[in-house]
Amino acid sequence: MNQHIDMKNEPVRPLSMHPQRFALWLFIVSIVMIFAAMTSAYIVKKSDGDWVDIILPQSFWLNTIVLVASSVTMHMAYIAAKRNNLNLVKIAMTITTILGLSFLVGQYVSWGELAAMDVHFEGKPAGSFIYVFTGLHGFHLISGVVFLIIVLVATFRFKVHSKSMNLIGMCATYWHFLDGLWVYLFIFLLLNH
Amino acid sequence: MATEHQLEGNGVSHDDHDHDHDHHQSFVSKYIFSTDHKTIAKQFLITGIFWAIIGGAMSIIFRLQLGFPNSNVGWLKPLLGQWITEEGKIDPEFYLALVTMHGTIMVFFVLTAGLSGTFSNFLIPLQVGARDMASGFMNMLSYWFFFLSSVIMMSSLFIQTGPASGSWVVYPPLSALPQAMKGSELGMTLWLVSMAIFIVSSLLGGINYITTVINLRTKGMTFSKLPLTIWAFFLTAVIGLLSFPVLFSAALLLVFDRSFGTSFYLSDIYIGGEALPNTGGSALLFQHLFWFLGHPEVYIVLLPALGITSEIIATNSRKPIFGYRAMVGSLFGISILSFVVWAHHMFVTGMNPFLGSIFMFLTLIIAVPSAVKVFNYITTLWKGNIVFTPGMLFSIGLVSLFISGGVTGIYLGNSAIDIQLHDTYFVVAHFHLVMGSASFFGMVAGVYHWFPKMFGRMMDEKLGYVHFWFTFVGVYLVFFPMHYIGIAGFPRRYYSFTNFDAFQSFTDLNMFVSVAAIITFGAQFIFLFNFFYSMFKGRRATLNPWKSNTLEWTTPINPGHGNWPGEIPAVYRWPYDYSKPGAEDDFIPQHIPFSATPESNLPHENELIAEEKEEEGIVVDETKES
Repeated sequence: MNQHIDMKNEPVRPLSMHPQRFALWLFIVSIVMIFAAMTSAYIVKKSDGDWVDIILPQSFWLNTIVLVASSVTMHMAYIAAKRNNLNLVKIAMTITTILGLSFLVGQYVSWGELAAMDVHFEGKPAGSFIYVFTGLHGFHLISGVVFLIIVLVATFRFKVHSKSMNLIGMCATYWHFLDGLWVYLFIFLLLNH
Repeated sequence: MATEHQLEGNGVSHDDHDHDHDHHQSFVSKYIFSTDHKTIAKQFLITGIFWAIIGGAMSIIFRLQLGFPNSNVGWLKPLLGQWITEEGKIDPEFYLALVTMHGTIMVFFVLTAGLSGTFSNFLIPLQVGARDMASGFMNMLSYWFFFLSSVIMMSSLFIQTGPASGSWVVYPPLSALPQAMKGSELGMTLWLVSMAIFIVSSLLGGINYITTVINLRTKGMTFSKLPLTIWAFFLTAVIGLLSFPVLFSAALLLVFDRSFGTSFYLSDIYIGGEALPNTGGSALLFQHLFWFLGHPEVYIVLLPALGITSEIIATNSRKPIFGYRAMVGSLFGISILSFVVWAHHMFVTGMNPFLGSIFMFLTLIIAVPSAVKVFNYITTLWKGNIVFTPGMLFSIGLVSLFISGGVTGIYLGNSAIDIQLHDTYFVVAHFHLVMGSASFFGMVAGVYHWFPKMFGRMMDEKLGYVHFWFTFVGVYLVFFPMHYIGIAGFPRRYYSFTNFDAFQSFTDLNMFVSVAAIITFGAQFIFLFNFFYSMFKGRRATLNPWKSNTLEWTTPINPGHGNWPGEIPAVYRWPYDYSKPGAEDDFIPQHIPFSATPESNLPHENELIAEEKEEEGIVVDETKES
């Protein structure tokens, strides 16, 4: 039914932003909205009364340092890729991935600490919210780690260099975002627990 | 057709040496797992129509109960089985399931996925001048997530305990406690899973729509030259991107409450004298989260219909749209305001009256951009050379419904009057006119108008007229009397009114509404016949049957994947140059440069000719890599 189409590849205007990178930003917006909803639900619930004060696990501090460090190494990898220092890219990406995974392990350990303090997922919302925040963030962080591994594999295949920065650029954006999101959640919990 | 059969047969062998020519695609990759935005749009449309029939049929079943409460509906037993009681009555719990599923299906599956999914997908690349969506693969995923969510929602209709029954707003604790009612058991779980997948689908779609509009416009297509349809789809996608994640959060917490023992929404509940272990939650929290999506959702449903109407009314009035900038401005106004009015759904939840006044004030402001839009539709029609195509009739019908439904919104938006009218049939009448019917009219108008581009054939006009008049008159006959029933205090979602002395009065009016509803529903089969008959046997369409200006009519009659053979046309003018004084024809398409129309150019347009020349000389970098 359809006619055969002979497409000509006409010149396209250079875009200010790659469509995929733009789509990633929109995806980030939707994640922001999820957590905006969650944290405002927290505030609304807290102002409702019937609240219990929960001391945050100490391991959150360590995990935060680990995650911020991973952001630094991610940025190192990005700069190194720009300068075609491919060995450094590989090292920095590997460290970032390891730090990301250790953050996830650290978050799991803090769940254990919470349980030891008799704060469980069931029970009053004050405790449940901490599990929801960390769990939901952890879930997104897993997707971030998957993205890191994809970029890592691409680095070993020499597909990441100064002329091909899109993939590692998107990965860096997403990873910094997830990092910033955790810092936001942590500060939010520190101020509002 | 012969070549098509050949294609089906040879598809597999072709695939081996096939690289970029969609011409050789197999049946599966062409019609099922297609990444072509036009095919995906048709998939959304067909699925939407399928759901509309189911959702409509459900409303007929509960209208039977409301209009003829004493009749025996045992003849429905072969279809509904156990849901019809021994005495030939509709099971009361099933009645609740019916209204719940009718709402869910119509709001989400028909008027969100069926409307945005169809027309955003179909028109955005065609009207902005793009080969396809920014990511064809994500677009395909968007449809198949929708399909999966449809399958899950559909399967909930066939389980022993029935589908979700706590109404489409699924307020806890009713929806959170499986022991509350039959529909809150497995049916509610399936509802939540289905909606979560649905949200993923609409986010995938929305991200694609926004990216395409921003990044993939053709040469010369500035934002001020975008057709109003695209503006509407664009803002709809933005609203969806901001509000659906919030519903996701709300649903997630509800899932935790239902299945993992948390108490976000539950507190101090006693069942059979026994206290539940849940403490510390707040049921109102859910309402806040839900309506933060729920109200923007109304505009997710309505804006695409308004955009489609702008396009059809301007084209068929043979006049430029009146107040293009005001139209865009009011779309922005509605989109922004839609996020700050959610609590007008909660006036009677015991909120602070001062807070109520603020939300009332914000709500009433929406009347301003809405009135601007209505005013502009009417002034576009004013003294136009109106061509009454079926699409045009449905568009004018939309304007009518938008006015009569919108006026009652001003009443409901007042927190004081809402105390009397809350949860009565007045509300039902209001939103069925302004959101349900108006959006439905926009969707049908769009189908009539863009059918030639979708299938290369025309729909039958006479059947279209019959369909319009039955539907238009029918919709008013159904929903207008409901205002009276609502003012009389009849609450919504009640199974039967025969037990209350206060509600004896409107039995005949309810019967009248039911008969009107059955006739209106029946008239939709005229459309269905017309749709499927015309797809194969309709009159062949010409290149530009409505003499329209927008880019989609510059493609071949049956565009392939990639839309334009050769280069994508560049755009030089806005899309509403109809009946321009001095021009030869009464329309000048967007891709005609000003240098080709010296006879009709305005002075400032003549100045643009020099710029056009410059633009053509520009050679731009092909690589997309940034």
